[in-house]
Amino acid sequence: MSSNKKFLQEELTRMSGVNPKKCMKCGKCSGTCPAYDEMEYHPHQFVSMVESGDIEPLLNSKSLYRCLTCFACVDRCPRGVEPAKLVEAVRLVAVRKQGANHMTANDVPAMLDDDIPQQAIVSAFRKYTK
Amino acid sequence: MKVSYFPGCTLKNKAKDLDLYARRSAEVLGVTLEEIENWQCCGGVFTTSNDEVATKLSSVRALKEAAAKGQPLVSVCSACHNVIKQTNHAMQNDAFFASKVNNYMGQEPYAGETTVYHYLELLRDVVGYDQVKAKVVNPLAGKKIAAYYGCLLLRPNSTMQMDDPENPTIMEDLIKAMGAEPVVYARRNECCGGYVTMENPEFAKRKSLDIIENAKAAGAEVLVTACPLCRYNLQKAGTDMPVVYITELLAEALGVKEVTNEQ
Amino acid sequence: MQRIGVFVCWCGSNIAATVDVEAVSEALKLEPGVVFSTNYQYMCSQAGQNIIKDAIAEHKLTGIVVCSCSPRMHEATFRKTAAAAGLNPYMVEIANIREQCSWVHKDVPTGTEKAIILGKAAVAKVNLNAPLIPGETPVTKRALVIGGGIAGIQTALDIADAGFPVDIVEKKPTIGGKMSQLDKTFPTLDCAACILTPKMVDVAQHENIRIFSYSEVEDVKGFVGNFDVTIKKHARYVNEAACTGCGACTEKCPQKKVPNEFNLGMDNRRAIYIPFAQAVPKVATIDPNYCNMLKNGKCGVCAKVCAAGAIDYTQKDEYIQEKYGAIVVATGFNPISMDKFDEFAYNQSKDVITSLEFERLTNAAGPTAGKLLRPSDGKHPHTIVFVQCVGSRCDAKAEKGKEYCSKICCMYTAKHAMLVKDKYPDVDVYVFYIDVRTPGKNFDEFYRRAVEEYGVHYVKGMVGKVVPEGDVLKVQASDLIANKQLHIDADLVVLAAAIEPDKSARPLATKLTASMDTNDFFTEAHPKLRPVESPTAGVFLSGACQGPKDIPETVSQAGAAASKVIGLLAKDKLTGNPCIAHSDEMMCNGCSTCERVCPYGAITYMDKEFRMPDRTTAIRRVASVNPAVCQGCGACTVACPSGAMNLRGFSTQQIMAEVDAICK
Repeated sequence: MSSNKKFLQEELTRMSGVNPKKCMKCGKCSGTCPAYDEMEYHPHQFVSMVESGDIEPLLNSKSLYRCLTCFACVDRCPRGVEPAKLVEAVRLVAVRKQGANHMTANDVPAMLDDDIPQQAIVSAFRKYTK
Repeated sequence: MKVSYFPGCTLKNKAKDLDLYARRSAEVLGVTLEEIENWQCCGGVFTTSNDEVATKLSSVRALKEAAAKGQPLVSVCSACHNVIKQTNHAMQNDAFFASKVNNYMGQEPYAGETTVYHYLELLRDVVGYDQVKAKVVNPLAGKKIAAYYGCLLLRPNSTMQMDDPENPTIMEDLIKAMGAEPVVYARRNECCGGYVTMENPEFAKRKSLDIIENAKAAGAEVLVTACPLCRYNLQKAGTDMPVVYITELLAEALGVKEVTNEQ
Repeated sequence: MQRIGVFVCWCGSNIAATVDVEAVSEALKLEPGVVFSTNYQYMCSQAGQNIIKDAIAEHKLTGIVVCSCSPRMHEATFRKTAAAAGLNPYMVEIANIREQCSWVHKDVPTGTEKAIILGKAAVAKVNLNAPLIPGETPVTKRALVIGGGIAGIQTALDIADAGFPVDIVEKKPTIGGKMSQLDKTFPTLDCAACILTPKMVDVAQHENIRIFSYSEVEDVKGFVGNFDVTIKKHARYVNEAACTGCGACTEKCPQKKVPNEFNLGMDNRRAIYIPFAQAVPKVATIDPNYCNMLKNGKCGVCAKVCAAGAIDYTQKDEYIQEKYGAIVVATGFNPISMDKFDEFAYNQSKDVITSLEFERLTNAAGPTAGKLLRPSDGKHPHTIVFVQCVGSRCDAKAEKGKEYCSKICCMYTAKHAMLVKDKYPDVDVYVFYIDVRTPGKNFDEFYRRAVEEYGVHYVKGMVGKVVPEGDVLKVQASDLIANKQLHIDADLVVLAAAIEPDKSARPLATKLTASMDTNDFFTEAHPKLRPVESPTAGVFLSGACQGPKDIPETVSQAGAAASKVIGLLAKDKLTGNPCIAHSDEMMCNGCSTCERVCPYGAITYMDKEFRMPDRTTAIRRVASVNPAVCQGCGACTVACPSGAMNLRGFSTQQIMAEVDAICK
């Protein structure tokens, strides 16, 4: 593994507190994920790809913004791997880059209707932007 | 008794009902919700990464204010509760994070001393459902009510510790105390689509429909929730299933719904 | 002063390559007490042993030090050599200059220096050694088997066939255990009852076997060869000797709504019941929690219909005292609770069942008479999903389930899948697996048959959520090979629940002072070389109480445990280990610290009369070590605050002499 990849891998495990080596590759996370069909890379692949250092494709994938952070995978993983936390860490690495926000204030008005709660807007902002 | 109360942004705006009914019902049950001064938005979601500090400071401020009063901190909105509870847990258990926060905020260091309750926990663990039952003047007899928990109330269970995360009963037991019949269905702890509804309303609609169909098949006549975003997504699914806040039903059962509406 | 001989072994090049053996034997010659020192290529060989024997005779040696391998390897060998030459075997000390010296060092000077130091320590110790004579205790020639499942049954039969009396204590009203609840057995698909019930009958009819059913071990005292056991026989309110097992009472009892535990609550039994047709003993039992007569004195139907007059509502629990030479633990297992895994909706739908419940559903004697029908509506299922590893292989941090593999689930699930397809070829069967583990004779072939001949869909992935909706179970799962999420409408979901030791095991282990692991499985004396013995002498392990096991393995282990018991009971007397603790009564202050730390229950306290210096007498409370029970672990010697406890052969003085020699 190149030192760059290695650095990124260590950074992700440190930020998330997730140890991808604990994964036994059972597929429970992907079995339980409600956003599975919206994702190009699925929860078990996040864990596996971070473990092997293959992180670049994840950083560029829209899958980062499809995770609902519903924690179903976190609670149901038999090995305590907590995949959602890893997804979050990868997403943060992606959006912390300058100009890499997934959503801007200009995008918001088009998404609103009369009923949408403030909570949805602030949540999306927190997830998609830095 | 008096408790510190964190209403959150949505309860001051799109979800005023949730807030007013909660306060009014609490008064009937002998609890005053004292709104925290100068509270700031919790951010809606807890960022799990342990190097995120700034996004959690508003929660710490609220927690510290409650600590100063020696009161527990209560919120009704599932999202606020989730963020505050997870932040408090991090202040208790993540020394690195806590030291960064305390260094930034100065003053007295905070180590997670405040007890964080969701409004439902306040009713179950502090007031007691027996007490709620005793105060019901308008039993919701014959109503088949399905509780929708979503994800934020229950997960991550290691931190939230509210109930059995896979087969919870905290809302069902309250529904029983109000004299109605709880409807149990398996999707009550599956995600409604959450904030992804901003970008992808169709997806949120599919998730919400699955939930409503499941509740309907189990015989539900009405869905109740404690989360404004859950309620929004479930309503936007476009079915005829009514979705109401649990506090509204509570106010109705306690006979204060009309009074609250007049205010 | 001792006359000590030193014998330094080369162990071929194992020692000699890193240790200058000549330098070692020369250096040790100068130690106090040493009158002879030599080295040889293989001390353990016949020729090497003869060198030792000759030296003992020629130099009138009173003690010897062998610098060689670990005492675990050849201490016994050299003790025999010494004994053959007329020297007390406990006058032999081994200095381990191989495992702890030559193997861990790379250069000769370091290795040699350390070997000399180790040799000096051994010499220092031998200078303080005294001859030891092992004690002897008689052996009660009767065995106790705790648990009447297939493990206990097989152990009891094997011991009894060897001519020794055996008692089986079983807490349920009948023996038979889990195997009696099974339908077919893998990998041959022969019926469990057909192979088990003849053994149960053998047990009932064996002249050397007594069965205490509906009974539990209340108390255990004593030690290997001489256990004193109290057995509590629960009142069954039926006179066992008089009951003919005709079943008239169980048909007429008006209390019909008692969940039938034999069918895991899937149907009901009466308040008076015989668990199943082939029960042994075939005697009725009244369930006091449900019997109207026992609860409020209103009924008495069973007494009226019993032609044998066996019903006795006044029966009380009975306590039986018996002596045993050996105790076999065969307390078995249970599936874990599914409460923490309700994403599978076990508590939300009757049609989500465990594998053991599935056994009853396919069993001809089960609640559906062997027809595969859904518990909720009695309909024939068309799609069945089996989920493997529910609660097995979990991380401790996840705080649910077990860390270990339950071992039997892969095979019984293949069996279930095959049985379904065999009876109902129209049914779609899915098995979600993480790994398919089939390391057993004909096991993988069996699993492949399920896939290749019967067309069972094996999917590498896990079920994430089961949603009961209407009359279907919506199963959401991953298929990792296809990289897809599957959505299956199933009629029945079967969970391969992890297995755990029976809850009775932990309190029993305390009574036996037998050790357990963190999962409450009994620990074996050595995981490889003594797998059926507990570290507590005289306590043996049979079946799943030691770890998850299938039937063939359980029966093998049951036989092995029996042969160990037979080996023990065949002796008239037991020779003890003389290296045991003893208390200096003059120094003992009666504080009980040693009694509390002793893992074997070997220390008791007694009041003893002492003559005091002023010629008066005084009664003092002092510790007394039972030499037959003490295993010589030494815990008491370090715990004793007054230094009264000492271990023969490893006294504080001997150990300090070794330390001094090393530090000099």
